[in-house]
Amino acid sequence: MNKTSNRFYLYFLLISIVIAGAFSFYASSSPDGLEKIAEDKGFLETAKDSAVADSPLSDYGVAGVDHDRLSVGLSGVIGVLVTALVAFGVFALAKKMRKGSTN
Amino acid sequence: MNLAKLHIPDGFINIPVSALFGVLSIGFVLIALRGAAKTLDDRTTPLAGLTAVFIFAAQMMNFPVAAGTSGHLVGAALATALVGPYSATLALTVVLGVQALLFADGGLTALGLNIFNLSVIAVWVSHFAILVIRKILPKNKTSVAIAAALAAFLSVPLAATGFSLQYALGGTGTIDAATVATAMLGTHILIGIGEALITFFTVASVIQTRSDLVYGWKEKLEVRS
Repeated sequence: MNKTSNRFYLYFLLISIVIAGAFSFYASSSPDGLEKIAEDKGFLETAKDSAVADSPLSDYGVAGVDHDRLSVGLSGVIGVLVTALVAFGVFALAKKMRKGSTN
Repeated sequence: MNLAKLHIPDGFINIPVSALFGVLSIGFVLIALRGAAKTLDDRTTPLAGLTAVFIFAAQMMNFPVAAGTSGHLVGAALATALVGPYSATLALTVVLGVQALLFADGGLTALGLNIFNLSVIAVWVSHFAILVIRKILPKNKTSVAIAAALAAFLSVPLAATGFSLQYALGGTGTIDAATVATAMLGTHILIGIGEALITFFTVASVIQTRSDLVYGWKEKLEVRS
């Protein structure tokens, strides 16, 4: 991996952090297509709480952080970092499988 | 303040149908893992990981589509254009897994339903749409972004139809499946426009800077050489 690549990957990561950490606060808070239809057509009440509904990051906020902008932004940045860890793990595993099968 | 939920919660679809799609999704994810293994190299692996990261971030940005309704990126066409369908399936699955487990967005029993609609239907629709559209368009970088955008536009209502099918098979609500399907299609055609715009600008930016890393572009070079 050369320097240009590293810089490109770094930009990609930084843009994601800015979107999740700062811009996300300005996202529309209206229900999304599915939730709105469920509400209009009267089946929203069939939804059940997820088993992890009490997660400290539930619904993109950090439990205990009262400042709205900070709470949403922090949850976004945590999400970006966790997604990065899991995704790099999965793709490293996939790449390893190839080496295993060709050698 | 919390952000809108993005995915199918638990309860909308009964357990047997959720389990069926859970099993189907596991199958498709395993196929994707084997397929991705063949296409990933030292240079494209980081892009695949970062594509998942970018999609997680971009999905948080709900945009208004109609009165009181928002939409958000799926990212399937974007990922398919950048890293190919197998890695795209894995990237979307990672995002859905993190959202369901950490953010309680998308139910746990519904995870298979969500993976099937977004990581399987939206990705493979995008893949075939990109292949067909690129045959028609001139062979240049802009065409890759245009093909990805058109694929993105198609992928959203089709993924939404995945939900309608799941609802028809195992919806717990009393409203009839045809009404749900019509409403889902109408709203998600609008959301598809937003999906197409975000996909176009993202794919165009990446392909202008680092076309050598882009799956949809490299493929063409390989065919030529």
